[in-house]
Amino acid sequence: MTARAAAKQKQIGKFPSDDKRWLIVAAVMRKYGSAQSALIETLHAVQSSFGYLDDSSLAFVARSLRLPLSKVYGVATFYSHFRLKPQGKHTCVVCMGTACYIKGSAKLLQKVDRKYGLKVGDTSADNKLSLLEARCLGACGIAPAGIFDGTVLGNLSDDLVESKLDSWIAESESVSQTK
Amino acid sequence: MINQTDQQISSSDELAALAAEYQAKQAQYENSIFVCMGTACQSVQSGGVLQSLQAEVKSRALEDKCRVSPGGCQGNCASAPLVSLPQRDLLYQLAQPSDVSAIVDSLQGEPVARLLCDNKSDFFVRQNRVVTNHRGLLNPESIDDYIAAGGFVALLKALFEYSPEAVVEQVQKSGLRGRGGAGYPTGLKWSTVAKARADQKYVVCNADEGDPGAFMNRSVLEDYPFRVLEGMAIAAYAVGATKGYVYVRAEYPLAVERVKKAIRSAEKHGLLGNKIASSSFDFHVEIRLGAGAFVCGEETALISSIEGGKGLPCPRPPYPAESGLWGKPTLINNVETFANIVPIVTNGADWYAAIGTPKSKGTKTFALSGRIKNTGLVEVPLGTTLREMIFDIGGGVPDGHKFKAVQTGGPAGGCIPEEHLDATIDYESLLALGSFMGSGGMIVMDDSSCMVDVAKFFMQFCAAESCGKCIPCRVGTAHMHDMLERITLGEGTMDELGQLESLCDVVQFTSLCGLGQGAPNPVLSTLRFFKNEYLAHIVGHTCPAGVCAPVGQDIRRPKCAL
Amino acid sequence: MRVVTLKINGQEMSGRDDEDILHVAREHGIDIPTLCQLDGVSEWGGCRLCLVEIEGSPKLSAACVTKVSEGMVVNTNTERLAGYRKSIVEMLFTEGNHVCSVCVSNNNCELQDMSHELKIDHISLPYRYPLKEVDASHDLFIFDANRCILCTRCIRVCDEVEGAHTWDIAGRGIKSQLISDLHQPWGDSPSCTSCGKCVEACPTGALFEKGKAAGEMVKDARFLVYLEEMKEEKS
Ligand SMILES: Cc1cc2nc3c(=O)[nH]c(=O)nc-3n(C[C@H](O)[C@H](O)[C@H](O)COP(=O)(O)O)c2cc1C
Ligand code: SF4
Ligand code: SF4
Ligand code: FES
Ligand code: FES
Repeated sequence: MTARAAAKQKQIGKFPSDDKRWLIVAAVMRKYGSAQSALIETLHAVQSSFGYLDDSSLAFVARSLRLPLSKVYGVATFYSHFRLKPQGKHTCVVCMGTACYIKGSAKLLQKVDRKYGLKVGDTSADNKLSLLEARCLGACGIAPAGIFDGTVLGNLSDDLVESKLDSWIAESESVSQTK
Repeated sequence: MINQTDQQISSSDELAALAAEYQAKQAQYENSIFVCMGTACQSVQSGGVLQSLQAEVKSRALEDKCRVSPGGCQGNCASAPLVSLPQRDLLYQLAQPSDVSAIVDSLQGEPVARLLCDNKSDFFVRQNRVVTNHRGLLNPESIDDYIAAGGFVALLKALFEYSPEAVVEQVQKSGLRGRGGAGYPTGLKWSTVAKARADQKYVVCNADEGDPGAFMNRSVLEDYPFRVLEGMAIAAYAVGATKGYVYVRAEYPLAVERVKKAIRSAEKHGLLGNKIASSSFDFHVEIRLGAGAFVCGEETALISSIEGGKGLPCPRPPYPAESGLWGKPTLINNVETFANIVPIVTNGADWYAAIGTPKSKGTKTFALSGRIKNTGLVEVPLGTTLREMIFDIGGGVPDGHKFKAVQTGGPAGGCIPEEHLDATIDYESLLALGSFMGSGGMIVMDDSSCMVDVAKFFMQFCAAESCGKCIPCRVGTAHMHDMLERITLGEGTMDELGQLESLCDVVQFTSLCGLGQGAPNPVLSTLRFFKNEYLAHIVGHTCPAGVCAPVGQDIRRPKCAL
Repeated sequence: MRVVTLKINGQEMSGRDDEDILHVAREHGIDIPTLCQLDGVSEWGGCRLCLVEIEGSPKLSAACVTKVSEGMVVNTNTERLAGYRKSIVEMLFTEGNHVCSVCVSNNNCELQDMSHELKIDHISLPYRYPLKEVDASHDLFIFDANRCILCTRCIRVCDEVEGAHTWDIAGRGIKSQLISDLHQPWGDSPSCTSCGKCVEACPTGALFEKGKAAGEMVKDARFLVYLEEMKEEKS
């Protein structure tokens, strides 16, 4: 083992797991000098690497930035962007900002609830699909708007949302069939 | 495509030479095609249109004659994707990849009639664009384009021709007021920070834009990232700061990406960073991401969020201008406030002060949305009337519906009815109508909107966004929301309506920050102008707009049969 | 530092310009209601009970965080303020589940005292009856969230005096709740030193000692000031 690889290995030893993604998180902390003010940027890095924040990652962040556990937990739960639970394979975010509300986004959510039994914040039992809401995506010109797996779509209609969700559900089924 | 060079610029002459070089490069093209790559257009696959156009131009071997470039927002986002051909003075709407051959044909021949968007309509000609003056005809990611269009001239002018005091004086003389909502005189704020004594000062750009139904700041950041940075650098020079932060909400990934790139290219050109343009002035800018908290737009909460903590507001004084980030004097301005600095320094304070009204100078961008024909981004001189805005520029309410109200000022704003549409849009007159300028969201509502439901919507927003630090906002907004909900379910009483009004008074006057202080406004303003709708729900158990139950039906929940 | 003269409730007085209205008033025998303020820790400014009127300012100011200045004219007990204070305390009663008769702090509770002082005889807002938990996992103490008014006194004393920062608030708005460490049982807290300062600092019966029956928990929130005085005497 080279010295560099050994150093890396030692660093990985401090991580909650030997997942390589922790190196990305560590790099973000280093970029901000591991200062306490790097907390939010670090939580962003953990969430974008792992999808959510669990207790062991919060504890790791607290330790690395020398912050009290309760402070890290407080910050992670104060901001609605951070999630403490894993999300489904696909995510559907419906905007509930003013422009979208006026154009009927609440009705869209009602339809989704009726057809798929999902309320905002829910993940389907098979973990295939999470439904979330947002506060104005800044796409009010094409309201009602939503984000489907990271892609913003505008002028949403019941049909459009249903066809998207149906395609995800069908896709997951075909995957399980091939197994 | 123009190649990005990394030439370091060290004087106004060098900048002018470079601008001339870039202009000459652009002039080689007989034609150009810009495809809007803003959030709205991208969401309807303008990226595909751009690629197809590039491929088409290439296959016809026109690359040397026609530039195909990503562009910025044209304003009428409802007709996305938008494609413009500036040399031919054409604007196409709803363009699809299948249309590209016809579009390229029209460089020489007849315009494609079915895609044509009338760029001489009131929507375009009634605007006065100062902040968004390039009308989407710049590649937002290219510093070359920005320099060719006169970018950074203002910064170098400030650095080499003006003292910091003189810059502050210019801004003061321009009459510019903060575009983040409250309209505090920008020059006065700058002079407070300039006078503060400290070893370190900061400049912060507030790009949290949390008002639902507002997207002006997103658009300005996406299309003019260099201009915002240039405005920040001028501010930093004027107040004596060397470090800056752009606090952007996480919901704006494209804006974040563009600002990041812009910082890097400006640094490569020596226009940000150490010894800007070889002067003795240093200014470093970093981005900080929000994480989904509306209250972080409030300046003291924003500071605590940049410091890595929760966005909890603090009592003022001390104001950030005296004690802000890490206790140091900090200048906080909105995105659009900074974007106005460049035209002010370039064209002079008098030129700017001639636009607008005596007390509200300049132009303001607005995001028109809701039940209106031309949704999108517009920029008009302050002092324009609401009627001109909604009916001339906005094209009125579509589908034969009747206008009911326009909501301005975000969750702390109010709903303005038909009879006040001749009021002018400026800080004071909106305040007199129980509303608020806010950051510039304008949501139009027609007879299909129930005003009690709208009030409930905003209260739900405020209750969910309350930071919880102070009791009246934390508990009061929850109670007010529940009361409004009971009214929409037909369970409200007149007593409770009285209670709601007195709760509004308590929350408005005892809350710590602007969120709580403003939260009752949508209720107060709908009670002022649409009390009959409240009464219809409470006394008549009906919803005139047919939102809480179909028109004519009882809104009370059917009692359980068992 | 400068000495300034001001008028509170018509009474002329002087104070240092680095002192807040609350303390200058108290030094001169004028009491202003407070809940979140605690001598010995930093100011919070969240309960809004100490709001006062300052002539010439359209807004109300929190006395605990507003410094006195020359010529200031302050009113602390107008009818309008009394009405606001009543509403705020009413809100607290509806936010949690406060059943005084069975509470360990009955007759020794700052919230109860406040409602007597403000002559609150009935609650006109609807009770919210939230579901809240009681954490009895600690060897010595109990935390009953039903009685917590989120004043953050425990958080500040634990962080600033004890240096443990066991407590914080999770969530926001009406969903805010006091948590220890990573929202784990207090008894499992790796940071708690069992010093009991939070219990002393708590104005209500939310934090109390184990084994106390209704009305038995007597606290003295001024313990920090004694602590300071003792330190000063020693040195
Ligand atoms: C609840 C709340 C939210 C706010 N949100 C924003 C915002 O999103 N963007 C903004 O520029 N200002 C916002 N403000 C206003 C800022 O506190 C601050 O006044 C402003 O950024 C100052 O910049 P300006 O003088 O250029 O307007 C908000 C204020 C409050 C009370
Ligand atoms: S008014 Fe609301 S948002 Fe502002 S400090 Fe109070 S609780 Fe927080
Ligand atoms: S436990 Fe007591 S001291 Fe702590 S926040 Fe709740 S009421 Fe305040
Ligand atoms: S309100 Fe939905 S994008 Fe703005
Ligand atoms: S004592 Fe001043 S706000 Fe609570």
